[in-house]
Amino acid sequence: MGELLTPSQTVGPYFSMRLPWDQGPYVVPAGTAGAITIIGRLFDGAGDPIPDGLIETWQASPEGRFAHPDDPRGPVPDGDKAFRGFGRVPTGHDGSFKIVTLKPGALPAGDGQVEAPHIDVSVFSRGMLDRSVTRIYFPDEPEANAADPVLAQVPDDRLATLIAVPAGDGLLRFDIHMQGPAETVFFDL
Amino acid sequence: MTVSQHRLVIPHAPGELVLPTYAKPEPGNHPPLDFPPYKSTGLRHPTRPLVLLPHRLTEVTGPLLGDDLITMQDADLTAGHAGEPQGQRIIVFGQVRDSGGKPVPDTLVEIWQTNAAGRYRHSREHHPAPLDPNFDGVGRAITDQGGRYRFITIQPGSYPWGNHYNAWRPAHIHFSLFGRAFTQRLVTQMYFPGDPLLPLDPIYNSVPDEKARQRMIAAFSIEDTQPEWALAYRFDIVLRGREASIFEDEGHDH
Ligand SMILES: [Fe+3]
Repeated sequence: MGELLTPSQTVGPYFSMRLPWDQGPYVVPAGTAGAITIIGRLFDGAGDPIPDGLIETWQASPEGRFAHPDDPRGPVPDGDKAFRGFGRVPTGHDGSFKIVTLKPGALPAGDGQVEAPHIDVSVFSRGMLDRSVTRIYFPDEPEANAADPVLAQVPDDRLATLIAVPAGDGLLRFDIHMQGPAETVFFDL
Repeated sequence: MTVSQHRLVIPHAPGELVLPTYAKPEPGNHPPLDFPPYKSTGLRHPTRPLVLLPHRLTEVTGPLLGDDLITMQDADLTAGHAGEPQGQRIIVFGQVRDSGGKPVPDTLVEIWQTNAAGRYRHSREHHPAPLDPNFDGVGRAITDQGGRYRFITIQPGSYPWGNHYNAWRPAHIHFSLFGRAFTQRLVTQMYFPGDPLLPLDPIYNSVPDEKARQRMIAAFSIEDTQPEWALAYRFDIVLRGREASIFEDEGHDH
């Protein structure tokens, strides 16, 4: 088999001192037509906010495409050039974060299945020796969510932790709980 | 022949999507998320079983963050200020490759570290060591076609932390890498050979496999050390690689 991997280590408390990355939370520029804003807070097992976390997101375009060589379909030729697919935001003192993006499209998943629109999320912080991976699904897609092959593996009583909650006027809320009764579903990648 | 590895084939009119999958890390290669000697893991690790996430389109793609984000100067942490930073100037260089030995080109490498006195430039940092007006401690580089990167910086210092009585972190440089796919994302730390604090450090020792642990220790290189100027350390980084593609097996006619 191949070489041993370089092991993961915690980001520690000071990731946010990195070189500035002004567009971090803006997967599309503010004011883009159809943009949605996902807000949330990151909580530890005592229910306290995690103020030194880092949230990263990766997702398809609204047409369900990726500007990447391993998506053989490629980006949509006349797609939104300002759409980056990637978001990064440090959590605030109250554990809060915000991502401005476009809702991704559904994706072909093999065997005639379709993945419901979703955003992959990496959670990093001090006290985390490796990232934790979760997914944001959308509340206005009940049928697609019911047919999603990843959600099908999730115990029914935990499904709600993966589905964002409408918070009014283009706003969605997605809180992340590392532990506790509302512990978010995390994935083995 | 046993076909133990596969590629995911996703039908999609008119053709089909053939996607790579990425090899799982060997047991003990990465630290557990719950590691009591590192106290802060206690309330910050998932306690319920993880759900398997197959490698599909979102996972086998990832942000390809390009040159537009960085300038050449971002790889020289000793530049950009009125004067030179305090401390021992060092060159940190290496190759990013995947577990199959293939170089990973065009990938963003980010680093951050303390100054020579062991102090981060951050508003929440309380260690009573001096700040250096000529050192911010952050850098960025993009790997070249051979997967190579190179930083110029200064030797970071050790610093105390509250994990246990008389706890000090071994000198280290934080590294963040994207690779070419969501599956390859890695945040790690580079350590220095011979550091007496290494055997005492819960974060370094959270990695169960000793050989994997040693992968985080840079190698001093006299060949790349620049006379009258800077010591050099080589730090190669290995990300998850693609599983080999099986195109044929013995039971199959072609
Ligand atoms: Fe550190």
